[in-house]
Amino acid sequence: MPQYLLSIYQPDGGVPDAATMARIRADLDRLNEQLRETGSWVFTGGLTAPGSATVVRADGMVTDGPYVEGKEYVGGIWVITAPDLDAALAWGRKAATATTLPIEIRPFQDVAR
Amino acid sequence: MTPDEIAAVFRAEYGRAVAVLVRALGDIDLAEDAVAEAFATALRRWPEGGAPPSPAGWIITTARNRAVDHLRRESSRPHKHGEAAILHGPAEPAEEGAVPDDRLRLLFTCCHPALAPGAQVALTLRLLGGLSTPEIARAFLVPEATMAQRIVRAKTKIRDARIPYRVPHESDLPERLGGVLAVLYLVFNEGYVATSGAELGRPDLCAEAIRLARALVELMPDEPEAAGLLALMLLTEARRPARTDPDGALVRLTDQDRSRWDADRVAEGRDIVRACLRRNRPGRYQLLAAINAAHTDPVTDWPQVLALYDRLVQLDPSPVVALNRAVAVAEIDGPAAALRLVDSLHLPGYYLQHAIRADLLDRLGRAAEARDAFDTAAGLTRNQRESAYLAARRDALTPPSG
Repeated sequence: MPQYLLSIYQPDGGVPDAATMARIRADLDRLNEQLRETGSWVFTGGLTAPGSATVVRADGMVTDGPYVEGKEYVGGIWVITAPDLDAALAWGRKAATATTLPIEIRPFQDVAR
Repeated sequence: MTPDEIAAVFRAEYGRAVAVLVRALGDIDLAEDAVAEAFATALRRWPEGGAPPSPAGWIITTARNRAVDHLRRESSRPHKHGEAAILHGPAEPAEEGAVPDDRLRLLFTCCHPALAPGAQVALTLRLLGGLSTPEIARAFLVPEATMAQRIVRAKTKIRDARIPYRVPHESDLPERLGGVLAVLYLVFNEGYVATSGAELGRPDLCAEAIRLARALVELMPDEPEAAGLLALMLLTEARRPARTDPDGALVRLTDQDRSRWDADRVAEGRDIVRACLRRNRPGRYQLLAAINAAHTDPVTDWPQVLALYDRLVQLDPSPVVALNRAVAVAEIDGPAAALRLVDSLHLPGYYLQHAIRADLLDRLGRAAEARDAFDTAAGLTRNQRESAYLAARRDALTPPSG
């Protein structure tokens, strides 16, 4: 079954107030439950702020991250299975509604190919 | 069968053949190659040996056989799914029944919202219309390499992201059908008034859009908006012969010689509009078609046109619709009322706002302002026929006294 990466794009800076965050967390729990129940869930995780990132290179150089500086950063990801893009987009829409943030849907390379 | 007749078969049957093969093979490139090979074979054989009883069926069967040969030769290539489908499918597929659905599936794949709008248009013309990449590039005035890259990228995304090859579920259909209609309307409009260039339009693109809309109506007879779009295109296209004078200059609707309109298209368009009215499930394209039908009445019923625009504004409150509505207002409440409406709209860089404004100023006898507005409008269109028309209107203004 094809796999898709769903990335949450989060604006740099402010976090919503506690009540909003609580609602978002509850919505996300429900979404993850649905993903598990339908057998679509592979992995999910939220990331710490980009300031905590570190970059290492092939020559051994280590620098303070993130690698790309931007106004938005990936705040968390899902890996899901879905039969096709329409099914993945349907999960993406649910994730966007739950997080109130844009979600990028990107297919993994087909390992069978 | 002459090469011209074979070319006609190509135009009519290419989309069907590719659609059937995409379903059988699960691979767009392979389907296109196989269909192209089948037509190449037809071009060699049919002029002397004559065409088979069912040219379309022959093309599909031949293309399918070519694809099977190809897959057997290159069994290392990753088309296992396609090979399985093709090798284990029914020996004599029921093509007649399955064909319309396949074309519809392919249309929804080409017009998937995950593809860039420009790519949707290009893929639709290429896969369903059988237009070559250079033809599409010429139509949209982009370099051939750019268009080729756009098409390749879209096909790669269809494959990698697994954009499905099917008609969307009932719940998604209204939204997705809207996207398909928008693509067909875009193709038509580009054909009707080319964005730029020496010719006013590209009749081949209009014909292609009408053909695809006709196929869509055939495939989805219960969708009144598909019928509405077809009627809109037919009624618009019917006026093409009268739209330009023998020198190629633009002639506006009120000055057109109606005997030069295409009577068959007018009649068909009006029939569809009447059927839509009976169905009473109005939508944007049906209303636009009804407005165009009203313009084909012996005398335009302007209050009716305005009433239709009022309904259209409710569905589509865009400034472009409001601008066109203002033209109807001018006929009923006079140019001064219309000018107030036009001046209240925010349409930066849109030449028609200035052209309509110029016309209204002219009717109000404000020649100096009209001259400026015609100049602004002419400066904003890249279509040479249109700018020539605007310049002629400006030069015909009453010269300033003194």
